[in-house]
Amino acid sequence: MGRNDSLNLFGKKSYYPVELGDNRQKRNDRRKSKAEPSIPDGMWIKCNTCKAIIYKKEVTEYKLCPNCDAHFRMSPAERIRILCDEGSFQELDAGMEPKNPMDYPDYEAVIEKAQKKSGMKEGVVTGVCRIKQQPAVLAIMDSHFMMGSMGSVVGEKVTRAVEYATEHELPIIIFTTSGGARMQEGIISLMQMAKVSEALGRHDEAGLLYVTVLTDPTTGGVTASFAMLGDIILSEPKALIGFAGQRVIKGTIHQELPEGFQRAEFQLEHGFVDRIVHREKLRDELAAILRLHRRQ
Amino acid sequence: MSDAMKSVAIARMIERPNTKQFIRAIFDDFLEFHGDRLFADDGAVVGGIASLDGIPVTAIGIQKGHTLEENVNCNFGSPNPEGYRKALRLMKQAEKFHRPVVTFINTAGAFCGIGAEERGQGEAIARNLMEMSRLKTPIVSIFTGEGGSGGALALAVGDTVWMLEHGMYSVLSPEGFASILWRDSSRVAEAAELMKMTAKDLLENQVIDKIFAEPKEGLEKNLKFTTREIKKALLETIPELQKMELKELLEKRYQRFRKFGDFME
Repeated sequence: MGRNDSLNLFGKKSYYPVELGDNRQKRNDRRKSKAEPSIPDGMWIKCNTCKAIIYKKEVTEYKLCPNCDAHFRMSPAERIRILCDEGSFQELDAGMEPKNPMDYPDYEAVIEKAQKKSGMKEGVVTGVCRIKQQPAVLAIMDSHFMMGSMGSVVGEKVTRAVEYATEHELPIIIFTTSGGARMQEGIISLMQMAKVSEALGRHDEAGLLYVTVLTDPTTGGVTASFAMLGDIILSEPKALIGFAGQRVIKGTIHQELPEGFQRAEFQLEHGFVDRIVHREKLRDELAAILRLHRRQ
Repeated sequence: MSDAMKSVAIARMIERPNTKQFIRAIFDDFLEFHGDRLFADDGAVVGGIASLDGIPVTAIGIQKGHTLEENVNCNFGSPNPEGYRKALRLMKQAEKFHRPVVTFINTAGAFCGIGAEERGQGEAIARNLMEMSRLKTPIVSIFTGEGGSGGALALAVGDTVWMLEHGMYSVLSPEGFASILWRDSSRVAEAAELMKMTAKDLLENQVIDKIFAEPKEGLEKNLKFTTREIKKALLETIPELQKMELKELLEKRYQRFRKFGDFME
């Protein structure tokens, strides 16, 4: 079935009944609608890449721009839905919440606000799942929670997921998206980089597979730790991937940055990404990778 | 001036003794080695082999200059990826020959530039974190001045981590902290205080294990005052770490970093 069928462009046309009174009413409605838009909130969204205004219903569960194919940011729940075998995902450490290691003023309020906004307890979801029958440990970061910044909870949950994978001899797949370390947790957030990396070192020594999927944006302390340590590093198209933020670089070198700087394609060209994978193909590719690494 | 701001100012002084001075003061027969074997030699990282009262060691550190000319050569102590890769190459060399590694950290942070991104600054730091965590030889890390974020951590995954009295170590500079979180760069002093970046605070948080006092007249005027104590401590610690079973050494290093985190479940 083609797309045209659903619009019934070539089918039998029906006739529209015309009623004068109604028309006048409609004209009044139209006038009114100019003053107060009657489109319900959230029916339309704007693509940040091509700037097109998109009818929300045209965006599928893959969250792609129907106009330019840009990959919109996704929540962990949305990713699990398009990635894992139905009902296979079992969450680990679901109840973990942050404390306030630096006594940062109002950190609790900041966290509460982020929790309300995102519907998440923290910036990462971890668990065990199956992808086309292949078992794997999964960690998915969430840019909607304080820009996916890594504090104690993100560091601990990812570390535990890695340790779980090592203990159960499972591959691990980590979807990264992060603005970097969680500033409000100070030096303790920096220590998370070492903590996750050493856990991955042990997973690696055990001869187990680690796949990173870099998604928009992956920067700072996450790039400088687990994002770049995958045996296989995949990326979604056009994802921003880098160590330093673009504003910081501009401020340091006082020159304009080249077109496409720090995008997935740039990282592929410079040898830091194995493959750029379209989101609709991600499940198939990950399943193939898992299958080809199955322990005999 | 608060203790935090005092340490920030002292740690950044251009006269502050740099890594080469520390190496020369503590070790004998230092031979500097160059290059990462992949791209270039980064002047911001110095390293080589030396003798600690007869014990062969690998010494590596981030180098700052005292003059503009020196600073141009060492990029003001901000390494590029090749600097971190040089450090890793020398650490792997130390592992092969069972030499303990001593690292000296003094950097505002890893360099932020186009070339650094093209050559994978993130990958270089990440690789060091993982490889240091399982390097099969003892590692002692010493913060001598500034310790700026991931660019400092990339040389600081040690069995034991030490700091000079006016050293500092933080997830970003107090200036950056104030401007990012409060959009007000004038609140630097407040940020420095809040960030718990002084040696005393870091010892309390167990981020570091030991503090070395600095002379009242200033470290630049009397380096021996502090390096004498560092040398003494190295001569106690390194043989102890060398005696340890490898498995125990690596497990302790793992647990040293594994413990960080403040959360509830």
